[in-house]
Amino acid sequence: MRTVIPVENGDTLAAVRGFLKRLLEAEVVEAVLVPMETPSGTVTPALVADPALLDAANPLAPVMGLNAARVAGHVSIREPRGRIGVLLRPCELRALVELIKLKQASLDDMVTIGLDCLGTYDVAVYTAMQADSSAGSRQAGVDMAAYLATAQSGELAPQEGYAFRDACQMCERPHVSALPPASGGLGGVMADVTLELFGADLTAGVPVTMPDEMAEKLSPSLSPLMGGKEGGARRADPSASLRAGVVEKVVAARTRVRDARFAEMRQWLNQEGIEGVLAACVRCHNCMTVCPLCYCKTCLFKSPTFEHEPMQYMNWAQRKGAYRLPADTMLFHLTRLNHMVLSCVGCGMCTSDCPAELPVGVVFRTIGQQVQEVFDYVPGRSVEEPLPLVTFREDEWMEVGEE
Amino acid sequence: MAETGFEPKIVAFLCNWCTYTGADLAGTSRIQYPPNVRIIRVMCSGSVDPTYVLKPLLDGADGVLIGGCHPGDCHYQSGNYKARRRVIALKEILKNAGFDEERVWLRWISASEGGRFAETVTKMTEFLKEKGPNPMRRKWAV
Repeated sequence: MRTVIPVENGDTLAAVRGFLKRLLEAEVVEAVLVPMETPSGTVTPALVADPALLDAANPLAPVMGLNAARVAGHVSIREPRGRIGVLLRPCELRALVELIKLKQASLDDMVTIGLDCLGTYDVAVYTAMQADSSAGSRQAGVDMAAYLATAQSGELAPQEGYAFRDACQMCERPHVSALPPASGGLGGVMADVTLELFGADLTAGVPVTMPDEMAEKLSPSLSPLMGGKEGGARRADPSASLRAGVVEKVVAARTRVRDARFAEMRQWLNQEGIEGVLAACVRCHNCMTVCPLCYCKTCLFKSPTFEHEPMQYMNWAQRKGAYRLPADTMLFHLTRLNHMVLSCVGCGMCTSDCPAELPVGVVFRTIGQQVQEVFDYVPGRSVEEPLPLVTFREDEWMEVGEE
Repeated sequence: MAETGFEPKIVAFLCNWCTYTGADLAGTSRIQYPPNVRIIRVMCSGSVDPTYVLKPLLDGADGVLIGGCHPGDCHYQSGNYKARRRVIALKEILKNAGFDEERVWLRWISASEGGRFAETVTKMTEFLKEKGPNPMRRKWAV
């Protein structure tokens, strides 16, 4: 059912907070995982059980310090567990789908709440924006009204003087869908409940699609709040077709940027190889630590496997004339590519957290696109599609190995 | 552009049940093949981690050969099918990361195919001689 969360006094955030509170009060879920404002003004995910504390929830804040799919795995991986609502951006939802297939998260007892994403800033940029204000209010530096207004037109743009995260600039799946593409889902990232920002005047209301039984559960107390009762007839809904147009525009613009970045990176990789592009890597492992898909408890590269004997380094140095230290730097990246690039959802946390400011995410997305194409695999598309490297068909690539 | 006197080094990961036994048969049958191959016995082609292939390539080995049972013959039912997908992904990654993926060969060679093993090593040695040394031999900053 598609309906609208009405917004009062143009306060979109208050309306979204109110909706999340209703989920708790109507006992749809026992807690929600949602980005919360900390007293210092930063935003971090938290599992919130007390509806009163949702006054600090801010899922609309344009900042991403973490791909929350990781923590969604922590709170869902095994029984006993609570029934939770998990509010995620599209790239986080895609990562969650991959983690479910990697058996690191579970959809059981979970309601996924997807949110169209208008683009996010790095934590440092967001903090600078907040400080960039003489006014007392903490949010004064970030013009939320202007940011949210971009949803209606689809003219997504960062605040003047600032840039969205690299990954966001080239994200061609920033929208969510409660319905599969065949039923008018616009090919967005799937979620049980979708907060559909694109195409909407967010000062008036936030369109939301949710399962009918959930809407019924919310409706006795929410009826004054929820407008447009019968959203079931989607095709006749004018706001839905408006959304489709805006989504199409956003996807086209982002795809253009993406393809330009891919072409640029392909050329760079061709000319200098990955060892040239990532030459400044210090093997700090940040990219692996923040990657939502690198779930291994002990990464091979943190194990004693790569603690070589002193004479081993000497042998290598003598053989090549010189030997880069720390050793195995490109081996680390190439191994990580082999382990997770088929599932890379392009959230770009690796780029955001690279101390050498290397374009790790673009490298992974550029190579990932090629490898994913070989296996006709789109990460985050569906929990039903098996991971390419855990499945096989006997009658495929019959020519390989026979030469 | 073959380098004079260049002898390629091939690291070979051979499955215990088929290709390694095939290599053994080549030996006991006195079939000649170039001594350019360094054989590492593994229990299954499906147990070859991509890292095993990458490490020698980055350190300057000229080629890596992975040998397994023919499809349908895997001692563990499906290890070679998994190896097939893994090697396809690995080669696609190498190609796009700026490496020469033709230095990695996957071949199905059964325990009775001693001749095919010798032939494969001969062909690969010739192929790599033609290609020349792995540029990674001289690249220290990897």
